[in-house]
Amino acid sequence: MLGADAIARCLLEENVKVVFGYPGVAICPFFNSMLSVDIERVLVRTEQNAAHMASGYARISGKVGVCVATSGPGATNLITGIATAYADSIPLVCITGQVDSRQLGSDVFQEADITGAAESFVKYSYLVKNAEDIPRIMKEAFHIASTGRKGPVLIDVPIDVQNKPIGKFSYPSDVSLRTYKPTVKGHAVQIKKVIKAISRAERPIICVGGGVHLSNASKEVCDFAHKYGIPVVSTLMGISVMSTNDPLYFGMVGNNGKVYANRAMNEADLIIMIGARVADRAISQPDLITENKVLIHIDVDPAEIGKNVGPHIPLVGDIKAIFEDMAGHDLECNCSDWVDLLSEYKADAPVRKAPRDGYVDPALFIGVLSNKLKDDAIYVADVGQNQMWSCSYHIVKHGRFLTSGGMGTMGYSIPAAIGARAADKDRQIVAVCGDGSFQMSMMELATMQQHKLPVKIIVFNNGYLGLVREYQYNTYKAHYSVVDLTGSPDLSKLSEAYNVPFYRLSDMKDASGVLDDFLKDNRPGLMEVMIDPMDTVK
Amino acid sequence: MKKVFQLLVDNNSGVLSRISGLFSRRGYNIDSITAGTTSNPKYTRITIVASGDEDILEQIEKQVGKLIDVRAIWELEADSSVYRELILIKVRAGENERQSIVAVTDIFRAKIIDVDKDSMIIELTGNQSKIDAFLDLLGGYEILEIARTGIAGLRRGTDGVVRLG
Repeated sequence: MLGADAIARCLLEENVKVVFGYPGVAICPFFNSMLSVDIERVLVRTEQNAAHMASGYARISGKVGVCVATSGPGATNLITGIATAYADSIPLVCITGQVDSRQLGSDVFQEADITGAAESFVKYSYLVKNAEDIPRIMKEAFHIASTGRKGPVLIDVPIDVQNKPIGKFSYPSDVSLRTYKPTVKGHAVQIKKVIKAISRAERPIICVGGGVHLSNASKEVCDFAHKYGIPVVSTLMGISVMSTNDPLYFGMVGNNGKVYANRAMNEADLIIMIGARVADRAISQPDLITENKVLIHIDVDPAEIGKNVGPHIPLVGDIKAIFEDMAGHDLECNCSDWVDLLSEYKADAPVRKAPRDGYVDPALFIGVLSNKLKDDAIYVADVGQNQMWSCSYHIVKHGRFLTSGGMGTMGYSIPAAIGARAADKDRQIVAVCGDGSFQMSMMELATMQQHKLPVKIIVFNNGYLGLVREYQYNTYKAHYSVVDLTGSPDLSKLSEAYNVPFYRLSDMKDASGVLDDFLKDNRPGLMEVMIDPMDTVK
Repeated sequence: MKKVFQLLVDNNSGVLSRISGLFSRRGYNIDSITAGTTSNPKYTRITIVASGDEDILEQIEKQVGKLIDVRAIWELEADSSVYRELILIKVRAGENERQSIVAVTDIFRAKIIDVDKDSMIIELTGNQSKIDAFLDLLGGYEILEIARTGIAGLRRGTDGVVRLG
């Protein structure tokens, strides 16, 4: 057995079903070994998207996503995808080929110090020097990626290590990382303090972040909110923890969020932050959320607590474990007046002004789309105006909402949706992007067709990099610089080239019919929606 | 304010760059860092002097502690620890200065380890206040070069000794 065979065997031991990757000489031993294991291999069209697909896969399957690239440019192309996963704490194992270990450091063809380059975007990285270490390293990598605060782990394997025979293969049953022991159970004293603080509160609010998804704790958190009637808001990454139709749900907070969600945070006397980083886009002035109120911060990563805001009651642990614990405690909370007040705020929310004739209102469109989607559909938003409209107007029932929140990586939606499809072949999956973000990953239409991973793609076409244009309008007095997308391809011809059914919508009154057609089957589809180039998020 | 942290880390290649990289990318200030293997060659003991406000110092301890290679991190509090630093000072010493420099050196129990016709190199080991006081006294002479190791430290007594297998 060679080192490369051992890597493939380890993937089998970890129950990996699919790897997303792109070959090159330095990773060829691995791909050759993959021929003898029953693991699907998806050939992407550029390496960054292998990491995004692994990310979409991980987020829907709840497992670790695996992506593979060759040395040098293959590895460096992965970096944006790795950084995107790191920013959103998505568990990945990224395997890169490397030049012969005896030539490391001599700048040979396609050599790049990828463990050095990716250092600040990975939870951990390995440069494998001995083939015998492969089983231990693979075991550790999957363990580190998927426990505690999840994240990407990089394994760089020189080609000679892949080609080296190893003795008997044995996969370790345990990892021995003595000091890496993430806290799972919440501290009992802290949990009591939390219960007490909630019992005292008159205007409590729960703010959920992406950590709730990562801990697979949506049900536990929502059950808790329902049991005591506590209202819920979310960060961008926390969307779809609770159904947006829920009477206790009051939208997304932050500078692109709902006015009533921010009001709820400001007027609350108790904030329960759950799996949220208190990052700048969600909470622009962290000191305000501790003024005249009590802040409880629940997170698996102790370093997040106190990083951006000093909580009164920190609680470290796995969110699911903590809420299973909390369910065993009794507390009193009567805040129906407070919920009524928030409901009034919500009812008073301003209505968007209608767009000019000949264009589709993205807000109305997303509303109609949401209603036509199946209850458990996966909605992947890209980055830009499309993302802000999506997080504002998409109605989540029991499905998932995925997007690149921390890094804001354009082009995320299509590969992430394809990765989600690889994880779940039955659910309805829609990727919503702009004409800018679409062109950052449109090459993956080929991947989608080749590997029969169909998704529905909606492109908001406004001929601009809309969110930047809007920013330049507001900040630079409408002096537009490098935001005009003239030269973009005719999407109907592009769809034909990729053999993907095409739909175009330019009038809202046709929306229902066109969407029915677009969504009617499980085949891939591309729908172009004509948006007013001057339309804005705010 | 300053804090002295002690770390026990796996003696892996790249471990120092992981730690120093964390400081630079998060914008933490590092005053000094010293590293050396322990009696068990699998581990390296690192002493870091960092400065920042209370919140930053707390973040430093948490973020460094999160690194997988870091087996343990703790603060070496001044009242329960000893710190030592070694400094080499090359000072201009012609015939006129030589005697007085030797006198100052003796008082501090420093050592003259090299003498040239118009300079000498002095070695001093001590805590930072002793070294600062010595440098202060040498202020009247022309200091040509200084090399300092940064501090190494240990907690006093047997309580809190961290043993890794």
